[in-house]
Amino acid sequence: MSSSIIMPLIGGILIGISSSLMMLLLGRVTGISGILSTSFSTFKQSEQNWRRTFIIGLILGGFLSKLVFPNLFNFEIQSSLRTIIIAGLLVGFGTSLGSGCTSGHGVCGIALLSKRSFIATLTFMLSGVITVAIMRLI
Amino acid sequence: MKNLISIIGGIIFSFGLAVSGMINPTKVIGFLDLWGDWDYSLAFVMGGALGVNFVLFPFIFKRSPIYSKTFQISLKKDLDLKLIIGSIFFGVGWGMAGICPGPGIVNLSRLDLESVAFVIATLIGMFVHNLYKKSKVK
Repeated sequence: MSSSIIMPLIGGILIGISSSLMMLLLGRVTGISGILSTSFSTFKQSEQNWRRTFIIGLILGGFLSKLVFPNLFNFEIQSSLRTIIIAGLLVGFGTSLGSGCTSGHGVCGIALLSKRSFIATLTFMLSGVITVAIMRLI
Repeated sequence: MKNLISIIGGIIFSFGLAVSGMINPTKVIGFLDLWGDWDYSLAFVMGGALGVNFVLFPFIFKRSPIYSKTFQISLKKDLDLKLIIGSIFFGVGWGMAGICPGPGIVNLSRLDLESVAFVIATLIGMFVHNLYKKSKVK
Protein backbone atom coordinates (compact mmCIF):
# COMPACT_ATOMS: atom_id res chain seq x y z
CA MET A 1 0.00 0.00 0.00
CA SER A 2 1.44 3.35 -1.01
CA SER A 3 2.27 5.63 1.91
CA SER A 4 0.42 8.52 0.28
CA ILE A 5 -2.93 6.84 0.88
CA ILE A 6 -2.29 5.70 4.46
CA MET A 7 -2.79 9.12 6.06
CA PRO A 8 -5.99 9.86 4.09
CA LEU A 9 -7.28 6.40 5.03
CA ILE A 10 -6.51 6.84 8.76
CA GLY A 11 -8.05 10.33 8.69
CA GLY A 12 -11.14 8.98 6.95
CA ILE A 13 -11.49 6.20 9.52
CA LEU A 14 -11.31 8.79 12.34
CA ILE A 15 -14.04 10.83 10.61
CA GLY A 16 -16.13 7.65 10.30
CA ILE A 17 -15.60 6.81 13.98
CA SER A 18 -16.66 10.33 15.00
CA SER A 19 -19.83 10.28 12.88
CA SER A 20 -20.74 6.74 13.98
CA LEU A 21 -20.24 7.74 17.64
CA MET A 22 -22.51 10.77 17.19
CA MET A 23 -25.15 8.54 15.59
CA LEU A 24 -24.87 5.82 18.28
CA LEU A 25 -24.89 8.19 21.26
CA LEU A 26 -26.93 11.21 20.14
CA GLY A 27 -28.75 9.87 17.08
CA ARG A 28 -27.64 12.84 15.02
CA VAL A 29 -26.10 13.23 11.55
CA THR A 30 -22.60 14.74 11.64
CA GLY A 31 -22.97 17.29 8.86
CA ILE A 32 -20.66 20.21 9.53
CA SER A 33 -22.50 22.77 7.38
CA GLY A 34 -25.85 21.89 8.94
CA ILE A 35 -24.44 21.93 12.46
CA LEU A 36 -22.79 25.29 11.81
CA SER A 37 -25.80 26.98 10.18
CA THR A 38 -28.33 25.83 12.77
CA SER A 39 -26.16 26.37 15.85
CA PHE A 40 -26.94 30.09 15.68
CA SER A 41 -30.57 29.94 14.56
CA THR A 42 -33.55 30.12 16.86
CA PHE A 43 -33.86 26.49 17.75
CA LYS A 44 -34.73 24.59 20.89
CA GLN A 45 -31.98 25.12 23.47
CA SER A 46 -31.25 21.39 23.77
CA GLU A 47 -30.81 21.12 20.01
CA GLN A 48 -28.44 24.06 19.92
CA ASN A 49 -26.21 22.92 22.76
CA TRP A 50 -24.74 19.78 21.19
CA ARG A 51 -24.20 21.67 17.93
CA ARG A 52 -22.32 24.50 19.60
CA THR A 53 -20.17 22.13 21.64
CA PHE A 54 -19.43 20.08 18.51
CA ILE A 55 -18.18 23.24 16.77
CA ILE A 56 -16.10 24.09 19.85
CA GLY A 57 -14.71 20.54 19.70
CA LEU A 58 -13.78 21.03 16.04
CA ILE A 59 -11.98 24.31 16.79
CA LEU A 60 -10.28 22.83 19.86
CA GLY A 61 -9.31 19.76 17.81
CA GLY A 62 -7.71 22.09 15.25
CA PHE A 63 -5.46 23.62 17.90
CA LEU A 64 -4.72 20.21 19.49
CA SER A 65 -3.85 18.52 16.20
CA LYS A 66 -1.64 21.49 15.29
CA LEU A 67 0.10 21.10 18.65
CA VAL A 68 0.61 17.33 18.25
CA PHE A 69 1.32 17.25 14.49
CA PRO A 70 2.55 20.76 13.55
CA ASN A 71 3.83 19.54 10.16
CA LEU A 72 0.26 18.70 9.05
CA PHE A 73 -0.45 22.43 9.10
CA ASN A 74 2.73 23.27 7.24
CA PHE A 75 1.18 24.39 3.94
CA GLU A 76 0.43 27.62 2.15
CA ILE A 77 -3.08 28.75 1.25
CA GLN A 78 -2.38 29.82 -2.30
CA SER A 79 -5.69 31.44 -3.29
CA SER A 80 -6.06 35.20 -3.09
CA LEU A 81 -8.13 36.65 -0.27
CA ARG A 82 -10.76 37.73 -2.82
CA THR A 83 -11.09 34.18 -4.17
CA ILE A 84 -11.35 32.82 -0.62
CA ILE A 85 -14.13 35.23 0.32
CA ILE A 86 -16.16 34.51 -2.83
CA ALA A 87 -15.59 30.77 -2.31
CA GLY A 88 -16.68 30.99 1.35
CA LEU A 89 -19.89 32.84 0.41
CA LEU A 90 -20.71 30.18 -2.21
CA VAL A 91 -19.92 27.35 0.23
CA GLY A 92 -22.13 28.89 2.93
CA PHE A 93 -25.07 29.68 0.64
CA GLY A 94 -24.75 26.45 -1.38
CA THR A 95 -24.56 24.08 1.59
CA SER A 96 -27.57 25.77 3.22
CA LEU A 97 -29.65 25.63 0.03
CA GLY A 98 -28.54 22.06 -0.75
CA SER A 99 -28.90 20.92 2.90
CA GLY A 100 -25.38 19.56 3.29
CA CYS A 101 -21.71 19.32 2.43
CA THR A 102 -18.98 16.71 2.15
CA SER A 103 -19.65 15.37 5.65
CA GLY A 104 -23.45 15.42 5.84
CA HIS A 105 -24.20 14.18 2.32
CA GLY A 106 -20.90 12.50 1.44
CA VAL A 107 -20.01 10.66 4.64
CA CYS A 108 -23.32 10.21 6.50
CA GLY A 109 -26.03 10.49 3.84
CA ILE A 110 -24.49 7.95 1.48
CA ALA A 111 -23.97 5.54 4.41
CA LEU A 112 -27.69 6.01 5.15
CA LEU A 113 -28.33 5.03 1.50
CA SER A 114 -30.08 8.36 0.86
CA LYS A 115 -30.74 9.00 -2.81
CA ARG A 116 -30.70 12.77 -2.18
CA SER A 117 -27.26 12.59 -0.57
CA PHE A 118 -25.92 10.40 -3.34
CA ILE A 119 -27.08 12.85 -6.02
CA ALA A 120 -25.87 15.87 -4.00
CA THR A 121 -22.40 14.33 -3.58
CA LEU A 122 -22.14 13.53 -7.29
CA THR A 123 -23.28 17.08 -8.10
CA PHE A 124 -20.81 18.95 -5.89
CA MET A 125 -17.93 16.64 -6.87
CA LEU A 126 -18.68 17.21 -10.56
CA SER A 127 -19.14 20.94 -10.06
CA GLY A 128 -15.85 21.08 -8.09
CA VAL A 129 -14.01 19.20 -10.84
CA ILE A 130 -15.40 21.53 -13.54
CA THR A 131 -14.52 24.59 -11.43
CA VAL A 132 -10.91 23.47 -10.97
CA ALA A 133 -10.64 22.77 -14.71
CA ILE A 134 -11.95 26.29 -15.49
CA MET A 135 -9.70 27.90 -12.85
CA ARG A 136 -6.72 26.24 -14.58
CA LEU A 137 -7.64 27.89 -17.87
CA ILE A 138 -8.01 31.38 -16.39
CA MET B 1 -23.19 14.23 29.04
CA LYS B 2 -24.43 15.22 25.56
CA ASN B 3 -22.09 18.20 25.56
CA LEU B 4 -19.12 16.04 26.52
CA ILE B 5 -19.97 13.56 23.74
CA SER B 6 -20.20 16.21 21.06
CA ILE B 7 -17.03 18.02 22.14
CA ILE B 8 -15.12 14.71 21.96
CA GLY B 9 -16.84 13.89 18.67
CA GLY B 10 -15.71 17.27 17.32
CA ILE B 11 -12.12 16.73 18.43
CA ILE B 12 -11.94 13.25 16.81
CA PHE B 13 -13.49 14.66 13.61
CA SER B 14 -10.94 17.49 13.64
CA PHE B 15 -7.98 15.11 14.00
CA GLY B 16 -9.44 13.04 11.16
CA LEU B 17 -9.57 16.06 8.85
CA ALA B 18 -6.05 17.17 9.84
CA VAL B 19 -4.46 13.71 9.44
CA SER B 20 -6.28 13.01 6.16
CA GLY B 21 -4.87 16.05 4.36
CA MET B 22 -8.35 17.53 3.73
CA ILE B 23 -7.25 20.74 5.49
CA ASN B 24 -4.66 21.44 2.78
CA PRO B 25 -6.44 23.36 -0.03
CA THR B 26 -3.69 22.61 -2.58
CA LYS B 27 -4.20 18.89 -1.99
CA VAL B 28 -7.99 19.21 -2.29
CA ILE B 29 -7.68 21.12 -5.56
CA GLY B 30 -5.27 18.40 -6.76
CA PHE B 31 -7.96 15.82 -5.95
CA LEU B 32 -10.54 17.73 -8.00
CA ASP B 33 -8.05 18.25 -10.85
CA LEU B 34 -9.16 15.25 -12.92
CA TRP B 35 -7.82 16.62 -16.17
CA GLY B 36 -4.54 17.80 -14.67
CA ASP B 37 -2.08 16.07 -12.38
CA TRP B 38 -4.80 14.13 -10.51
CA ASP B 39 -4.02 13.31 -6.85
CA TYR B 40 -6.43 10.48 -6.10
CA SER B 41 -5.24 9.95 -2.49
CA LEU B 42 -8.06 11.97 -0.89
CA ALA B 43 -10.61 9.51 -2.30
CA PHE B 44 -9.45 7.26 0.55
CA VAL B 45 -10.71 9.80 3.11
CA MET B 46 -14.27 9.34 1.95
CA GLY B 47 -13.60 5.64 1.42
CA GLY B 48 -12.35 5.20 5.00
CA ALA B 49 -15.15 7.25 6.56
CA LEU B 50 -17.88 5.57 4.51
CA GLY B 51 -16.37 2.14 5.19
CA VAL B 52 -16.62 2.67 8.96
CA ASN B 53 -20.19 4.01 8.73
CA PHE B 54 -21.35 1.26 6.36
CA VAL B 55 -20.12 -1.36 8.82
CA LEU B 56 -21.35 0.31 12.03
CA PHE B 57 -24.65 1.99 11.02
CA PRO B 58 -26.63 -1.29 10.71
CA PHE B 59 -25.68 -2.18 14.30
CA ILE B 60 -26.38 1.35 15.54
CA PHE B 61 -29.91 1.38 14.07
CA LYS B 62 -30.87 -1.85 15.85
CA ARG B 63 -31.81 0.17 18.96
CA SER B 64 -32.52 3.77 19.98
CA PRO B 65 -29.61 6.16 20.38
CA ILE B 66 -28.08 5.88 23.86
CA TYR B 67 -28.55 9.51 24.94
CA SER B 68 -31.54 10.50 22.74
CA LYS B 69 -35.07 9.26 22.32
CA THR B 70 -34.94 9.03 18.55
CA PHE B 71 -32.66 9.32 15.55
CA GLN B 72 -32.97 12.64 13.77
CA ILE B 73 -32.54 11.89 10.10
CA SER B 74 -33.98 13.73 7.10
CA LEU B 75 -36.96 11.82 5.77
CA LYS B 76 -36.98 13.67 2.47
CA LYS B 77 -36.71 11.29 -0.43
CA ASP B 78 -37.46 13.34 -3.52
CA LEU B 79 -34.87 15.28 -5.44
CA ASP B 80 -35.53 18.97 -5.86
CA LEU B 81 -33.98 21.95 -7.57
CA LYS B 82 -32.72 23.40 -4.27
CA LEU B 83 -30.63 20.29 -3.61
CA ILE B 84 -29.08 20.40 -7.08
CA ILE B 85 -28.49 24.17 -7.32
CA GLY B 86 -27.18 24.34 -3.74
CA SER B 87 -24.76 21.48 -4.44
CA ILE B 88 -23.58 23.16 -7.66
CA PHE B 89 -22.88 26.40 -5.73
CA PHE B 90 -21.08 24.49 -3.00
CA GLY B 91 -18.97 22.62 -5.57
CA VAL B 92 -17.95 25.88 -7.27
CA GLY B 93 -16.84 27.37 -3.95
CA TRP B 94 -15.09 24.15 -2.95
CA GLY B 95 -13.22 24.00 -6.27
CA MET B 96 -12.26 27.70 -6.15
CA ALA B 97 -10.56 27.63 -2.75
CA GLY B 98 -10.18 23.91 -1.99
CA ILE B 99 -11.85 24.32 1.38
CA CYS B 100 -15.12 22.80 2.61
CA PRO B 101 -16.84 23.72 5.92
CA GLY B 102 -15.10 21.19 8.24
CA PRO B 103 -11.51 21.92 7.18
CA GLY B 104 -12.37 25.64 7.18
CA ILE B 105 -13.12 25.45 10.91
CA VAL B 106 -10.10 23.21 11.69
CA ASN B 107 -7.83 25.70 9.89
CA LEU B 108 -8.84 28.48 12.30
CA SER B 109 -5.94 27.18 14.43
CA ARG B 110 -3.58 28.56 11.74
CA LEU B 111 -4.62 32.01 12.96
CA ASP B 112 -4.10 33.53 9.51
CA LEU B 113 -6.30 35.98 7.64
CA GLU B 114 -7.26 33.51 4.88
CA SER B 115 -8.62 30.88 7.29
CA VAL B 116 -10.60 33.37 9.36
CA ALA B 117 -11.96 35.11 6.24
CA PHE B 118 -13.19 31.78 4.81
CA VAL B 119 -15.21 30.89 7.91
CA ILE B 120 -16.70 34.40 8.20
CA ALA B 121 -17.65 34.33 4.50
CA THR B 122 -19.23 30.87 4.96
CA LEU B 123 -21.30 32.16 7.90
CA ILE B 124 -22.39 35.20 5.85
CA GLY B 125 -23.39 32.87 2.98
CA MET B 126 -25.51 30.82 5.41
CA PHE B 127 -27.03 33.97 6.88
CA VAL B 128 -27.94 35.27 3.41
CA HIS B 129 -29.63 31.95 2.65
CA ASN B 130 -31.64 32.21 5.88
CA LEU B 131 -32.81 35.72 4.89
CA TYR B 132 -33.71 34.47 1.41
CA LYS B 133 -35.65 31.55 2.92
CA LYS B 134 -37.55 33.85 5.30
CA SER B 135 -38.43 36.26 2.48
CA LYS B 136 -39.89 33.34 0.54
CA VAL B 137 -42.07 32.25 3.46
CA LYS B 138 -43.60 35.72 3.73
